[in-house]
Amino acid sequence: MSDKGTSVVIVGGGVTGLSAAWWLARSGVDVTVVEKGIVGFEASGRNGGGCTHYQSPLFHEEQRLWPQMDELLGYPTEYQRGRIIFQVDPRKERFHEGLAMRLPAGYDWDVLDPQQVRELVPLAGDNVVSGVRFHFGGHANPQRTSQAYAWAAQDHGARILQHTVVTGIATMGSKVTGVETSHGMIGCDALVIAAGPQTGQMMAMLGLDLPMAAARAEMIVTEPLPMMPITGVDGNGLYGRQTLRGNLAYGGGPHEWMDDVPFDREPPRPSGSVTRNLAKRVAELLPKAAHARVIRSWAGVIENTPDGRPVIERLTSPENVTVATMSSVGFGLSPASGHAIRDLVIDGVCSFADLSKLSLSRFAGLRADWRDHLDWLPPKPVDAVVSPVVN
Amino acid sequence: MTEPTLPPPDRYSIAGKSITIEEHVEILVVGAGDAGCAAAIEAAKAGASVMLVDENPVSAGLVGMDVPFYFGGRATNAVQTPERLVERVLESNPALAEAFEVGVDVRLSTSVWGAWVKVPGLNGLTCGIAGLASEEKSWLVGFDRLVLATGARDLNFTFAGSDQPGVMGAQGFHTLLTRYDAFAGRRLVVVGSGELAMDMAALALDRGLDVVALVEVRDDAQGPAEKVAVLVERGVEIVTGHVPLRAKGNAEGVTGLLVASRDDAGRQREIACDTVVMAVGTVPVIELLDVLGGKRELAPERGGHVPVVSEDGATTLPRVFVAGDCAGLGGDAAVSGMRAGRAALRTLGKAPEVAEISEDVAQDNRPGAQDGLGYQTDWASAMLATGGPDVLACICEDVTRGDLLGVKPPRYLDWRSNTIARRDLTTLAEDGPVNQDQIKRLTRACMGPCQARRCREQVALIMAIGAGVSPETVPLAGYRTPVRPLPLSVLADWDEGADMDAGWNVWFGIATQWIGYDDIGTTREAEQLRAGMPY
Repeated sequence: MSDKGTSVVIVGGGVTGLSAAWWLARSGVDVTVVEKGIVGFEASGRNGGGCTHYQSPLFHEEQRLWPQMDELLGYPTEYQRGRIIFQVDPRKERFHEGLAMRLPAGYDWDVLDPQQVRELVPLAGDNVVSGVRFHFGGHANPQRTSQAYAWAAQDHGARILQHTVVTGIATMGSKVTGVETSHGMIGCDALVIAAGPQTGQMMAMLGLDLPMAAARAEMIVTEPLPMMPITGVDGNGLYGRQTLRGNLAYGGGPHEWMDDVPFDREPPRPSGSVTRNLAKRVAELLPKAAHARVIRSWAGVIENTPDGRPVIERLTSPENVTVATMSSVGFGLSPASGHAIRDLVIDGVCSFADLSKLSLSRFAGLRADWRDHLDWLPPKPVDAVVSPVVN
Repeated sequence: MTEPTLPPPDRYSIAGKSITIEEHVEILVVGAGDAGCAAAIEAAKAGASVMLVDENPVSAGLVGMDVPFYFGGRATNAVQTPERLVERVLESNPALAEAFEVGVDVRLSTSVWGAWVKVPGLNGLTCGIAGLASEEKSWLVGFDRLVLATGARDLNFTFAGSDQPGVMGAQGFHTLLTRYDAFAGRRLVVVGSGELAMDMAALALDRGLDVVALVEVRDDAQGPAEKVAVLVERGVEIVTGHVPLRAKGNAEGVTGLLVASRDDAGRQREIACDTVVMAVGTVPVIELLDVLGGKRELAPERGGHVPVVSEDGATTLPRVFVAGDCAGLGGDAAVSGMRAGRAALRTLGKAPEVAEISEDVAQDNRPGAQDGLGYQTDWASAMLATGGPDVLACICEDVTRGDLLGVKPPRYLDWRSNTIARRDLTTLAEDGPVNQDQIKRLTRACMGPCQARRCREQVALIMAIGAGVSPETVPLAGYRTPVRPLPLSVLADWDEGADMDAGWNVWFGIATQWIGYDDIGTTREAEQLRAGMPY
């Protein structure tokens, strides 16, 4: 690595950092992404692909951008508009009332009766109790989209350094002046930290405390099935979709909190603790797919802040640092989060949304034992009980 | 400073959720070949409780999917009734009878689709757990020690027309012929000329089948000279310096194999046959070890990616041992099984006081054993050069060699753009070493229902050729549970504990996460927190 430097260093080649790199590069900024492994190889490429995050201040921008992303990037994201959520548990029949409390005005959606669900979801069965259809939101392919950002950013001149570990941050006065990496020092005018579960450790290098905890979560995928008219279909405690290849890919259920994840290599991410429970719920949701064979599962490691909300802001000290953790909901919002980061880096303020409630300062009064308090702790080994199932 | 609004304590994590384990054994042995039977018998004789699991005979559905071997659509109707094949499997393996006699709990037609021990990321486990499945259901078995004796599977190279019935792997052929008595072919061409190919040819001849030719990419037959002489004596032609170019066929499958000169694709000849047996090599089955998190290494002289293992079969995981071909090809499988069985016993404090097992050091006659992945690369290069880019590299996912070399998005996206046309394996390699897991996700090669059994090694070799790097530098694509394709209804835990349902959430279940941004800090926030999660 030369000591030539760059205007902006982005630490983290996940979907948030890559989107930011693309937004900055297409604004003419000289940007370098530093990634410890391969782009999009952690949670960014290992999620359900949902693009429907109405709780977020970035929601409107998320909805505005997704339908344009294939064209803007020049590479496929597999974005598909629309989403159906339906339930098969009678206790959840009126789930749409909870949604109605939360969905912002101006977005079109319908409540569906069981027959309507079955007409739109050929793999659904007699057990449907109710459903909703969003005429917004949707799904995309996480790995393909992550790579699309990386390639599109490169097309605009961004440099992406894979297999490069950050070892330190150089500061002078109230500014960061460069990033020390396993491949040498990279001088910079501004720094973006978008390092997923490692964001807290990166902030600690600056003497700042960004509270977060990492956890492992799982998904399963079946062999391809005939395409359903709408592929964004989930419910029954699951998130996921039918891929454009026809596979059913679903996740949900218990996560495993982890101690600090490694900083310089891939985190451990075995899968298997909820595989059978996921299979049960997919078979319940889509009974006509119960014969479909599960051919893979995988796990990803995701970070959450104590309230589960992002921290996305331009710091005041060091003043040329922008930090972004999306707190376990990063993929779908990435077109918008990258735009917000671009604005924060260049203009100091987001041009299209108020982000003031997502400032790190809200955790200033956080209790020191918050992980114990929230029970966000790795499981302790318990003796398994052998209980023969009598058939 | 005010305290931030925090969610209630987490009741949706895995901590405290019960795991229903239906059975528990001291020693679980996976695979009832020579190594697995020897390990199980050794352990049972010493008084340990032992379960020996083997997936054979597999269901007709799996035979059709080329799982676990490349059966290539050349099975007779006998595979439609696997329950009747059980007898055949027992007959062909006398060690199973001995295992029954010494009290081993033998489970046939049962697969092991996953196994887990306490590793980082799975902190809640105390005993080891294996996932088992029959045709009807899946369940979990706890174990104190695990011996993996999962053998080897087929190494495959595709060519034009090789996706039709009649093209199969040596392991698939051997299983159909000897263990299932269900092989439907008559007239064979064997691809390869090492000891594996020679043995398959000799076996076929012994069973009254015709073996027309062996096809070898290199200039000389690779097997031992005496075996070559015997085959030639029996009328088998050895066609050297050639590779399969195209299989011709009709509705019933292969009717002939067109082979081409390695150096000149125009020089071709056709060999009439109904079956092409791919016998260039086999691959150690390390999928469960990889899922468990055991360390592995690339050792081409032992067959490729193999476990890091000590003399007695101990892996880097304290409870897990390996034996036979899955520990690395070559050697005496039964001896390695006995050693692994004893080593597992020792760690349980049950070691029998017996003399160390002596072993004749078997000479390794596998072609290419001495030149890394060179022999496999010779095949891949010659078949790419002669057959060209339009041949499927991944049959399940319809990915051609050209798609791989060009890092093309899958065909069903019908995506064309100038930007993507500029991208290929070479440009990808400029950003870092090529990685098979990355290529899988971009092109979908190796992502199909056969779980990459027919293409995994070939895809890695083509990637190396395309990127101009040594094949040894391409990292192994990870294995994932379930390592057998299982129907949702079979894999499902229909008896899960009530605590799982009560503690299930679609995501993390962090109530504060889903409050609309505008409502944060207003009375509506408290209202929504009281109402709970939206669904």
